[in-house]
Amino acid sequence: MTSRRLVLTRTAAIVGAASTGLLLPQIARAQGNKVRVGLMLPYTGTFAQLGVAIENGIHMAIDEKGGKLGGREIEWFKVDDESEPAKGVENANKLVQRDKVDVLIGTVHSGVQMGIQKVVRDSGTLCIIPNAGVHAATRALCAPNVFRTSFTNSQPTLALGKVMVDKGHKKAVWITWKYAAGDEAFEGFRDSYTKAGGTIIKELGLPFPNVEFQALLTEIASLRPDAVACFFAGGGAAKFIKDYAAAGLKGKIPLYGSGFLTEGVLDAAGPAADGIITTMHYSDSLDTPRNKQFRLAYAKTFRSQPDVYAVQGYDSGQLLLQGAAAVKGDLNNKQALYKAMESAVIDSPRGRWTMSKSHNPVQDIYLRVVENKENKVIGIAAKALADSGAGCKMG
Amino acid sequence: MDLANFLIQLLNSVQYGLLLFMLAAGLTLIFGIMGVVNLAHGSFYMLGAYLAWSVSSMTGSFTLAIILGAVLSIVFGLALERLLFRHFYDRDHLSQVLLTFGLIYIFEEVRSILWGDDVHGVKIPDILSASLPLTDNLSYPVYRLFMSGVCIALAIGLYLLISKTRLGMKIRAGAFNRDMAEALGVNIKLIHAIVFAMGVALATVAGMIASPVSSVYPNMGSQVLIISFVVVVIGGIGSVRGALIAALLVGLVDTFGKVLLPQLAGMLIYMLMAAVLLWKPEGLFRQ
Repeated sequence: MTSRRLVLTRTAAIVGAASTGLLLPQIARAQGNKVRVGLMLPYTGTFAQLGVAIENGIHMAIDEKGGKLGGREIEWFKVDDESEPAKGVENANKLVQRDKVDVLIGTVHSGVQMGIQKVVRDSGTLCIIPNAGVHAATRALCAPNVFRTSFTNSQPTLALGKVMVDKGHKKAVWITWKYAAGDEAFEGFRDSYTKAGGTIIKELGLPFPNVEFQALLTEIASLRPDAVACFFAGGGAAKFIKDYAAAGLKGKIPLYGSGFLTEGVLDAAGPAADGIITTMHYSDSLDTPRNKQFRLAYAKTFRSQPDVYAVQGYDSGQLLLQGAAAVKGDLNNKQALYKAMESAVIDSPRGRWTMSKSHNPVQDIYLRVVENKENKVIGIAAKALADSGAGCKMG
Repeated sequence: MDLANFLIQLLNSVQYGLLLFMLAAGLTLIFGIMGVVNLAHGSFYMLGAYLAWSVSSMTGSFTLAIILGAVLSIVFGLALERLLFRHFYDRDHLSQVLLTFGLIYIFEEVRSILWGDDVHGVKIPDILSASLPLTDNLSYPVYRLFMSGVCIALAIGLYLLISKTRLGMKIRAGAFNRDMAEALGVNIKLIHAIVFAMGVALATVAGMIASPVSSVYPNMGSQVLIISFVVVVIGGIGSVRGALIAALLVGLVDTFGKVLLPQLAGMLIYMLMAAVLLWKPEGLFRQ
């Protein structure tokens, strides 16, 4: 085909498309009256349920306040990120460049989050992180337009060390998967445990997501620590809990962990999980009027029980509402918007929390023990705990 | 590491190795005899685990779940062979890889629709739920010993079937020279259907037997698939005996690697594979 014919046909196609209105709405949409909210969450794969819980939470928070942001209607855009880090940048660009969203809410997987972080740092799009705990997002790579409503990976374990030393466990073994989240959780444990006067006698690890724990459990038995602290999540966590009990270690060497060890796996783990002590920023059984009211309303709307991910989604919605209200829906007024979000006080089902300087929650970390397939709250392990935000320079 | 500890770790390695063997045996059978690369092998493991969970939680009987699951998996294997795999024997390996890769996604979605995405636990039957004390603070679950027993029984059964029975002779003949065996009156189509169903049943039963200790969760098949391939490659593609030796070797390297060289634990078995391939490019026991 000659280039002239190519030009002609393409021009004809564009004219045709424009005259039939195919292109016009896009131009109009960019300056439209609706706030464009993009959700980049996992809707398929291992984390699919987390994505759904987060989206439910966001909708619930916004619908409670009339379904608008600062008086403006909302247009939603959704992208399934599949928890696939290799597509992180591409998927984030679908929302930022193609759909021109005013705010991007996402995501669950830390690897994917790094892709989003790159895109929104370049474009300056407002980003709210409803789960992923990767340190860099609110540390070395922090940005004025990035806010997190969940936790950093080391935040739950940063409350763990002192609790263990207070209970008289002076020598501990740490065990986790050797990957970013496990290493970051270890940082929190190491800092708090050694500061409280404990000694970590051995750091055990296995490659993610290997679940053959027997060799390391044998090692733990021969090391004879006062206690074991760990970071595992999901199916591997259920298996670790059961293997720990089956090896006869349960009841002899107490098991502690970041709260994700006992989230969503207690039915699978059964009685083997009883007595495990964990630290986290939420618990389903948190006995406050605010939490009970939230749980009842959520269960009525979505016909399922909310979990920590639903709470984080709900708080993402609340944060966005407060920011939008302060600028009366004009999300382009960035300075005022960020200022409002920085100083927001979120009345969360987990308890009130505020934003740290690096845009990560300053929140209470609860001490929880597993009893009858429930994470029972037995106290507050650390009040208003903030992530260090080390290396964060907002410019 | 003192002697007692060393012996316990040795027990761990053998036990892990035997479980790997059960998975890899089906894979190596299907490849060695039929020449089909079956990437969906791990999915059968996952389906087995979910089947064990759903049947045992419905009926309360783990034994019943195993029997029912074994029968179902044979039927399932025969049906799959008849409907899909039979049409792929003459195609190249790329077509087979694409087919079985697609099957992984289909099985994952079916699993998600039928059983959801939750993590589940399967209760160990009461008679096997005890633990034997090994040291003052470490005990060994009886169920793990039971698993090893089942794997050893299967290994012996497979050996006898292939080397001592008439069916086994036909299977070997078909693998050695398909056309000649067919000319001599061996019904190769039937043999292939049987071997394929056996491979599927081995993976499914492995998933069911392992479910009480491994828990049941989405994507559990893809983890075991890779390690099964490592075992098959080290052992020599198509060799059941090679798979057994390789599985025990991988169990040993993985277990002691985790304890002695934790930094390298993730890649030790792959280094083992590379070393074996350098030394014997066809694997330890190429048929």
